[in-house]
Amino acid sequence: MTLLAAEGVTLAYGTTAVVHDVSLAVDEGGVGLIGESGSGKTTLARALLGLMRPRSGVVRYGAGDLAGLGRAGRAEFRRAVQPVFQDGSEALDPRMTAGASIAEALTTHHRMSRTERADRIAALLADVGLDPGLAARRPHEMSGGQRQRVAIARALAVEPRLLVLDEPTSALDVTVQARILDLLERLAAEHGLGYLLITHNLGVVGRLCRTSSVMFAGRVVESGPTGELLTRPAHPYTRALRDAVPRLGGEPPRAAGRTEAAAAETGCPFRLRCPLAVDRCREETPQAREVEGRRVACHRAEEVLQTPAASAPRVPHGGETPDAPRQ
Amino acid sequence: MTAPALTTFRRTPLRHLAGVDRLAVAGGVLLGVVVLAALLAPWIAPYPDDGGSATHPLESLLPPSGAHWFGTDQVGRDVLSRVLFGARTSLLIAVAVLAISGVVGVGLGVVAGYAGGWARDVIMRVTDVFLAFPALLLSLALAVVLQPSVTTVIVAIAVTWWPWYARLTASVAASVATRGFVDSARCLGVPAPLIVLRHVLPNSLTPVLVQLSLDGGGVILTAAALSYLGLGAHEPTSEWGLMVQQGQSLFTTDWWVVTFPGLAILVTAFSFNVLGEGLRARLSR
Repeated sequence: MTLLAAEGVTLAYGTTAVVHDVSLAVDEGGVGLIGESGSGKTTLARALLGLMRPRSGVVRYGAGDLAGLGRAGRAEFRRAVQPVFQDGSEALDPRMTAGASIAEALTTHHRMSRTERADRIAALLADVGLDPGLAARRPHEMSGGQRQRVAIARALAVEPRLLVLDEPTSALDVTVQARILDLLERLAAEHGLGYLLITHNLGVVGRLCRTSSVMFAGRVVESGPTGELLTRPAHPYTRALRDAVPRLGGEPPRAAGRTEAAAAETGCPFRLRCPLAVDRCREETPQAREVEGRRVACHRAEEVLQTPAASAPRVPHGGETPDAPRQ
Repeated sequence: MTAPALTTFRRTPLRHLAGVDRLAVAGGVLLGVVVLAALLAPWIAPYPDDGGSATHPLESLLPPSGAHWFGTDQVGRDVLSRVLFGARTSLLIAVAVLAISGVVGVGLGVVAGYAGGWARDVIMRVTDVFLAFPALLLSLALAVVLQPSVTTVIVAIAVTWWPWYARLTASVAASVATRGFVDSARCLGVPAPLIVLRHVLPNSLTPVLVQLSLDGGGVILTAAALSYLGLGAHEPTSEWGLMVQQGQSLFTTDWWVVTFPGLAILVTAFSFNVLGEGLRARLSR
């Protein structure tokens, strides 16, 4: 069942639209949202979390429009959908101890006695693999991995049904990343959580998400079963992303197309970076269509599927690759 | 080009820390002395009655001596005693002005910064109106309209002082409002007033506290200026600005009447500034 969905959502900061007419559904399994920095995935996440109103389109929670929820509906939405942001040190108030941060989550919707609260905090910390003694620490007294675990514990405190994970591991060391992903995988299974996993890393979605969408320049260019996207990408951008996954003993990764080129204003936004771009791509914006079990917005999707892969397809297991340098 | 400049300005963390702390500590100690003088004035002043309306016509304008370290004024009051009591007036004004304008300015600023939109526009335009007037001029105008008194000085200065805190707090709060922990509180469904009180306000206060301590000296100078112009404290209250005004015509003959209260203003304003600078350097590391 679809818990949370964007339907034709356009999002803008001031007059600059950064997400164009995007539709995306998050259900009980894991859903991946992949794209490079600046592709609009975090902005989309903010809209799904109700932190930002769509310029047009609808964010649907259950059966209703998020913008039209009353006070009670809003509170229910807040309990049901929780975020885990990129950086635990940002997501936790630097002046609050871990325990106080979790307590805030516990007491926002329910009254709770002091002892009950302490018990729940200890249980939540244990659940995310932390020593309950950490409740007395402030964010700067913890490691990055510990902070992210506290942020996860805080999100779980309201017993949500769905997590929006916005690059939950990209601020962490590679070894810590793998453990946080293990944790999220276990917690999602144990608590029956749906989740939207936002990342720029294909390896991570390959492991955690049944279906995925790929965003480029504020548009979903391809969506479908994650395995299909990774093994047989139908959009040149998906293929370029997959080929950019570094692997041991392999060729050095190639950048996803000519990364310095901007998104095109007219026609296909990817055409300036696309090795397959033809005149039609400049003249006509490709619409999403069904091609072999996925939706893809490319005029030449069939040809992309036909061309042999640049290198052997691989669904990596384990850690996320380090952050790409940011501009 | 830039590399040598960078190395020139780089300091070792240890030396940096020591230098900063020395400054803050020096300011704190100096200010502590002034505060102690103010608190203990009735007990440490050699002639406590001289802080008020006592007069000793036979002892007027005595130069500094063992009996009167700072000399005596026109009506024979001990200048040292009056300087000590004057510290009470000046610090009372400083604390009251900073408290009033701090609470009003920070309160409005944090709301403007977090809420944004029309609320910010309204608050910031009002703030701009107040800032458009030269501060001393506005204080003067107010002080002229109201009865001259210490309360008048406090009100007149506070009215011109709060907009600075409103503006500073609004800009800090606006940037704090974009931090992840505010988003995550919003996602929990924490009501906006609680988000402001719990998260935005405490994380916006540091620069305001630095500014408050830097401004203490300015308030004391302004208060002295208003009293000097006859718009603030009046006889027999001991107030440094008033004492300077009364003693200035005697400067060439009886220099002590004007010099010691003047020095007191200087030292107090200086200690606020040094403390503020020290705090700023320490907190902005």
